[in-house]
Amino acid sequence: MVTKEVVKHMAGLSKLEFSDEELDHFTEEFSKIIEYVAQLTEIDTEGVEPTYNISQKTQPLREDIVRESLSREEVLKNAPEEQYGYFKLPNIME
Amino acid sequence: MDIISLTALELREKVKNKEISAREVVSAHLDRIKEKESKINAFITVTEEEALRAADRVDEKIRSGEELGLLAGIPVAIKDNISTKGVRTTCASKMLENYIPPFEATVIEKIKKEDGIIIGKTNMDEFALGSSTETSYFGATRNPNDTERVPGGSSGGSAAAVAAKEAPLALGTDTGGSIRQPAAFCGVVGIKPTYGLVSRYGVVPMANSLDQVGPFGRNVKDAALLLQAVAGHDERDSTSMELDIPDYINSLTDNIKGMKAAIPKEYLELEIDSNIKDSFLNTVNILKDLGVEIEEISLPNIKHGLPDYYIISTSELSTNMSRYDGLRYGYRAKNYNDIDDLFIKSRTEAFGKEVKRRIMLGTYSLSKGQADEYYKKALKVRTLIKNDFDKAFQKYDIILGPTTPNLPFKVGEITDPVTMYKSDLFTVAVNLAGICALSMPCGAANGLPIGLQIIGDRFKEINILKAAYALEKSLGGVM
Repeated sequence: MVTKEVVKHMAGLSKLEFSDEELDHFTEEFSKIIEYVAQLTEIDTEGVEPTYNISQKTQPLREDIVRESLSREEVLKNAPEEQYGYFKLPNIME
Repeated sequence: MDIISLTALELREKVKNKEISAREVVSAHLDRIKEKESKINAFITVTEEEALRAADRVDEKIRSGEELGLLAGIPVAIKDNISTKGVRTTCASKMLENYIPPFEATVIEKIKKEDGIIIGKTNMDEFALGSSTETSYFGATRNPNDTERVPGGSSGGSAAAVAAKEAPLALGTDTGGSIRQPAAFCGVVGIKPTYGLVSRYGVVPMANSLDQVGPFGRNVKDAALLLQAVAGHDERDSTSMELDIPDYINSLTDNIKGMKAAIPKEYLELEIDSNIKDSFLNTVNILKDLGVEIEEISLPNIKHGLPDYYIISTSELSTNMSRYDGLRYGYRAKNYNDIDDLFIKSRTEAFGKEVKRRIMLGTYSLSKGQADEYYKKALKVRTLIKNDFDKAFQKYDIILGPTTPNLPFKVGEITDPVTMYKSDLFTVAVNLAGICALSMPCGAANGLPIGLQIIGDRFKEINILKAAYALEKSLGGVM
């Protein structure tokens, strides 16, 4: 059973906000999903290694050569706000 | 000439032989899109001008006698989570409503290099999270077989576009069944290639260890043609493998005598629509008549596939989604107090319900105190599932099962998330094991298509394509 407090905490970690009503609904729904996936905890996995990725390939190395990348203009094209060739964001430090 | 009813391969031959021009091919499909879209809504963006320009370039190549690529003159629809340079790529989300990628996904480069023509970007569940294409910010896509019903998802727009003859070919992505399930629902062929066969560079990630790009076609050969065009190593995707890609098209024959197939008994023990079960068993008999040796086996761990998939995929997803912060691209809230508030408001206002639900589930699975119980556990169960398949493929060439447990449901019919997740009951284990599979039409009930899933070992696409091609011929071609 997942409590409303836990859901609230998860929302904070996820940088999401819910109204009180949404939180109640979400807590109920979330409990059902957790209950469903929790069946995994019953399976015996003693001595089994985890599989993070199916690819057996070792990560390849390449020569460190400078290549052409996106221009500043292209990178900033999708920015919600920009100024003086930089991404614009609110003050972070007082 | 009924251009839109031709297969992709026929279109290519007719364009090459100057029977029709690439411009005529593209125009016919654009007309079809205009006629059908108010009912189907398969596309988010139709790239009319670019498509016509690309067609003219192909026609110019033909006039000047230049060599033509594999996809010469063939329109291809692209799922809207695959980056197209200069064409907005929204992932069907308000978050990326106005995002225009400054670069091209490798698969798009490859299609263009083979003279294929990008005709538009298709609808999907928001950020590929769903099994019905109902969670799109741009409205639901409808199933061309019955517009009251869903086309499946998350690549529902791509499957519907091909089924409605708006495009002969389309690309989708499949993380837990998002190509195969909509292919089954719409009555087309959809292939989920082996993890590492097709480059993921430029594909907006959902769950990196599970995602693959794959093709849709109205028959096996057409789908194989697009797979041929997009497969292959790419140094920009470190998980893509360096392999010799076989000539899929020319390897297809109607003789599959002696092929060894297995049916996991666990698949038939799961809750399944009786029409689908009947159709599946009937198809198994047809394969037996074709000389395929079929045995029942046990894959004891595949029944854990669905919960396992939801923990692993949401964990990877929640990490991936943290990139949407309203700073560099994507939606930014209008009113906020400080930087943290900007993050929270932008994400809260721009993400849909299902996206939030899964970010939360992933965050929970990875959080302190839960990570060992859920995430680590899920990765170990993944090993068990993978081992089951590895063992089976020592003896068998292919594994057979239904693609979906249910027929296409009505728009709005399923509201409970866990019930919706169960649409992927038969498909998720394939992604967890990183192997390949396809769905092809094998029958119908009440006018709704039924899909057969054929599963193959890693990089053995050739086996599933051969079986599918021979079966398709026995069934009488396109349904």
